[in-house]
Amino acid sequence: MQNEIVISVKNISKKYNITHQRGGYIALRDVLANIIKNPFQFLKQKTKEATGIAKKEEFWALRDINFEVKKGEVVGIIGRNGAGKSTLLKILSQITPPTEGEIKINGRVGSLLEVGTGFHPELSGRENIFLNGAILGMTKKEIVSKFDEIVSFAGIEKFLDTPVKHYSSGMYVRLAFSVAAHMDPDILIIDEVLAVGDAEFQKKCLGKMDDITKKEGRTILFVSHNMDAVKKLCPKTILIHEGKIKKIGPTEEIISEYHTSNKGLSHDQDIYQDKNLDITLSQLEILNHEGKIVSALQSGHSGSLRMLIKTNQKRDSIAVTIGINSIQDDKRICVMYSPLKNDTLTLTPPQTYITCQIPKVPLMPGQYHLTLKATSENQTLFYLPGKVDIEVENGDFFGSGKLPDPSWSGAILVDHNWQSEHLK
Amino acid sequence: MASTAQTMVIKPKKTLSLRDFQEIWNHRELLYFFTWRDFKVRYKQTFIGVAWALFQPIMSMIVFSLFFGKLAGVPSDGVPYPIFVYVGLLFWQFFSDALSDTSNSLITNQSIVTKVYFPRLILPISTVATKLVDFGIATIILIGLMFYYHFVPNMIGLLLLPLLLFMTFIAALGGGLFLASINVKYRDVRYILPYFIQLFMFITPVIYSSSIAGKYSWVLAFNPMSGVIQTARAAFLHTAPINWLLILISFIASIIILIIGTIVFKKTERYFADII
Repeated sequence: MQNEIVISVKNISKKYNITHQRGGYIALRDVLANIIKNPFQFLKQKTKEATGIAKKEEFWALRDINFEVKKGEVVGIIGRNGAGKSTLLKILSQITPPTEGEIKINGRVGSLLEVGTGFHPELSGRENIFLNGAILGMTKKEIVSKFDEIVSFAGIEKFLDTPVKHYSSGMYVRLAFSVAAHMDPDILIIDEVLAVGDAEFQKKCLGKMDDITKKEGRTILFVSHNMDAVKKLCPKTILIHEGKIKKIGPTEEIISEYHTSNKGLSHDQDIYQDKNLDITLSQLEILNHEGKIVSALQSGHSGSLRMLIKTNQKRDSIAVTIGINSIQDDKRICVMYSPLKNDTLTLTPPQTYITCQIPKVPLMPGQYHLTLKATSENQTLFYLPGKVDIEVENGDFFGSGKLPDPSWSGAILVDHNWQSEHLK
Repeated sequence: MASTAQTMVIKPKKTLSLRDFQEIWNHRELLYFFTWRDFKVRYKQTFIGVAWALFQPIMSMIVFSLFFGKLAGVPSDGVPYPIFVYVGLLFWQFFSDALSDTSNSLITNQSIVTKVYFPRLILPISTVATKLVDFGIATIILIGLMFYYHFVPNMIGLLLLPLLLFMTFIAALGGGLFLASINVKYRDVRYILPYFIQLFMFITPVIYSSSIAGKYSWVLAFNPMSGVIQTARAAFLHTAPINWLLILISFIASIIILIIGTIVFKKTERYFADII
């Protein structure tokens, strides 16, 4: 019984056609404007497309994914942003079909890609429980039988008949999670929904998740960036890298693989090249305190950003800037600029590493945009605003094992001390 | 996404199959909840609430009666113009509201479509169903008008009502499915549609009688709403004997619209979450 395979994924691939548009959708106006501006070009393009000469730009978000999950297993799925985790989840939950391959699932599936899907601000808490429950696939009977449990877990008894638009964001999220946590399928597919609410509620959520996972025969697929949560909940983990499965195995092993062998931000392609100036920014790597290449900086730990620059021309005294912007509103958080520290940097052919070491990373865990710039005697060698993203992971900044709650909305961490003094 | 079926296979999907109908049946509760939500949300935080469902047809009736009935003297097959135009408006409003809301149903529910699976057909169907509730409410006025003008519908007419509603339902759904599929990719639909619905009203005998088309009035039957409205008038107001051929043509036309709409919808459905 325990060895029964409930999810079997065979050769799953997903292809997207990349279209270069501003929005996700196309306005007929733009199509028409194009035709009018350039009728022959348009015709040529269309004939090419029709005859199959023109290549459509394709992107394989997933390629040949194969794995099996046995009944009662709790499996984590990790990988860098854009590795294809979300696409896999969307295919598993039938939101988007695979381009190739087949998945067989035995049992009732519940998928949770977001908490509060379909919540309507104008409806009351009570009404939203029913609506959201139905959207998540619960029957009315099930919802009625679990109604009291849902309400008391969320702790919103007093506000049941208030429209949720008047709820505080904490209450809203608690209610949303509570409905989701009371789904009772055989197989549960979850995407990073734990990163909600205040610290206390998060703990409660993790506790609830623990209960759910330990329940007899429940199979769970859990996608997350939160390595601690994956470690805590999943004995087994799948690492996805660039649309392929890199490794499947015990969680500890996979997480260390994710941290180290995963070659940071380096790509097969150069980040930037300028042939006129004869300069190539080949890679940007993140190094941890041991000098190992890792995929993310860690709050409170020492870390370095290392650029690999190729050139055939020696340049003395260049100035390099790294700007860090928040990913939410793209506001500049801080700038690191080599002349500020009177550090002299030299580019020597054929290639040079430029390393910026940060003794104690003061950033909150999350994603950040980097702006990279280098100048040589008032000549800009490259200027790349927001071209590269980096990730900062949970780390013990204060030496207390605690970090501020993300909902308190601070971007940086400042070391500080408190004391109280008795005045007579 | 509850599936009562024990084994589920996910693979590249192509077309409509029997399983789709099975699935919709399994999700009938969700269909009910969506309809209930749309209806409930619409009149939340409004002062007169559900009475708005009456406001539009009544106002239109008054304005049309004044300008077309009184001032322009549009013939109304020998019945008082207000009740004549109200029967037309009742069905027309159901059709046009349903058509335009259905076309937008996927976009307005974008956040749900990209996060949860359920048979996508549920959304358009529930949207039309919501409008059916409005129709029910607006019918109260018709009953009042019939009492006032002393009209008694004939029995066959009353029996025909479900058929007329069904025809309007599937015509609006079919057109809505077709437009919704295009709307996911080309948002132009959203802007053009109100204009076309207005034009469409003028080629449907809502404010005039189909008799003005003379011996070519049968051509109008290919517009299912034309058949529906003419038959409704014949049944409730005895403007003419019930024309069974007309009903048949309109019925077939609406079925064809539904089939085309469903095929297009099913063909494009699998990309909705990717391109919406």
